[in-house]
Amino acid sequence: MAEFLAHVRYFVGALALLAVIAVATPSVAQAPGQVNPTAQSVKEDQLFQQLNRLDGRVTIPDARSAVLIQPAGQSWREFHQSTLLWIAGISIVGMVVLLTVFYLVRGVVKLSSGKAGRTILRFNGFERFIHWMTATTFIILAISGLNLTFGKNLLLPLIGPEAFTAFSQWGKYAHNYLSFPFAIGVFFIFIMWIKDNIPNSVDVEWIKQGGGIVGKKHPPAYRFNAGQKIVYWIVVLGGVAVAISGYLLMFPFYGTGIAGMQLAQIIHGIVGVLMIAAMLAHIYIGTIGMEGAFDAMGSGEVDVNWAKEHHKLWVDEEMGKTGSTRARMTPAE
Amino acid sequence: MARMKFLCDADRCIECNACVTACKNEHDVPWGINRRRVVTINDGKPGERSVSMACMHCTDAPCAAVCPVNCFYTTADGVVLHSKDLCIGCGYCFYACPFGAPQYPRVGNFGSRGKMDKCTFCAGGPEADSTSAEYVKYGSNRLAEGKLPLCAEMCSTKSLLAGDGDIIAQIYKERVSKRGYGSGAWGWKTAYKETIAT
Repeated sequence: MAEFLAHVRYFVGALALLAVIAVATPSVAQAPGQVNPTAQSVKEDQLFQQLNRLDGRVTIPDARSAVLIQPAGQSWREFHQSTLLWIAGISIVGMVVLLTVFYLVRGVVKLSSGKAGRTILRFNGFERFIHWMTATTFIILAISGLNLTFGKNLLLPLIGPEAFTAFSQWGKYAHNYLSFPFAIGVFFIFIMWIKDNIPNSVDVEWIKQGGGIVGKKHPPAYRFNAGQKIVYWIVVLGGVAVAISGYLLMFPFYGTGIAGMQLAQIIHGIVGVLMIAAMLAHIYIGTIGMEGAFDAMGSGEVDVNWAKEHHKLWVDEEMGKTGSTRARMTPAE
Repeated sequence: MARMKFLCDADRCIECNACVTACKNEHDVPWGINRRRVVTINDGKPGERSVSMACMHCTDAPCAAVCPVNCFYTTADGVVLHSKDLCIGCGYCFYACPFGAPQYPRVGNFGSRGKMDKCTFCAGGPEADSTSAEYVKYGSNRLAEGKLPLCAEMCSTKSLLAGDGDIIAQIYKERVSKRGYGSGAWGWKTAYKETIAT
């Protein structure tokens, strides 16, 4: 009897299973002709309507390769091949033209009261070392950077592909290694001169009078006048921008993806060429543009009369602070 | 001359990654570099598709346009190749490439970029065909031997097609019309400014 019941149970169970299958089947099974495997399939066009790039998943260990298509590369190409060239060309060539015209019209800014023969210490050895370390590395970085931007149009046809590659390869090494002393220099410039570069009311007056370079008068200034403060902040802020964007490019995929690197290159390129243009003006006024200016970063000692003309308030401070002992009785060369 | 192209029929790709492996083996590709990879879109969701992607050998190639040392050239077959002797490893081609094809072996103390490596359509580089100098830098030159790229040749589902663009487009069109569906020629609009009307 028990055996019979077991058979019945088995039979009923099998029937129930069949019933479940019978109920479930119609919703699953369709005629083969109605199957459309692409009904839900992803399509490139649709995805691009929603997204600006296609990402997926890869099974290889290199997860960065999971970006399938990134059309943003086309806009980066447009920037690199056209926009950057225009920005660089206009700002750098424009600055050279401007300085040339300025030199012809205004001429050298002379020391109107003549040399006093006594000098005063303007920048000590450490300050000058930091300045020249930053300056020399900046010039090399600027040349190697401009070479990457303009070299293939200007230099490559002249010296041929092999020599141009060798030069550019050294430029890349220079960029990789000299970026460190440059960044360190910018850091020291920041902390060394920050206290003298906070904008104040004297700067407003200085700018109103056009400074000592555009205007004929010499509006008073502390250690740095408004123009120099502008240069300072260009170096500090621009330097930080190129350093951060540059290191993101130097260490690919550390903290950035492809879009981040494109943006970093755009920032690096624009800030870089604008800094080059600004530094051309800085170099001009520090050398041929103004009599007596180079001594400040050359020997570090400037003529007292030069200091009084250009940085009256600073001289007063120095004299008041240290008496006449710091203004040494040494004949100026 | 034929205009060489790649076409991945995503409705056939089973994400077996054999194309990736075959490519690495055929060309002795440097450590950490995959000239070809298979990307799965919408992984695990209904309608997911896998696409095998490498350098598409674009018309008006962005890599060639942005290269600061002009190390790229396009062969008579429309294959975009580059010279590792001229490449300086700046990374620009990687920023510009829509398909993430250029990769750089990590060299030096900072893991900085070495000379760029990418798919050659199995066509080697500027060195003389099928020489060891060419093999060391770019891998084997199957095109010079009259063969097509290995990734497509050994694709088990014939999802990946490589060859004359007109012929593979025709094959794809016939497939789509016969089976009644197709998710499109991935990357063609971006690479060749055209797509396959199906």
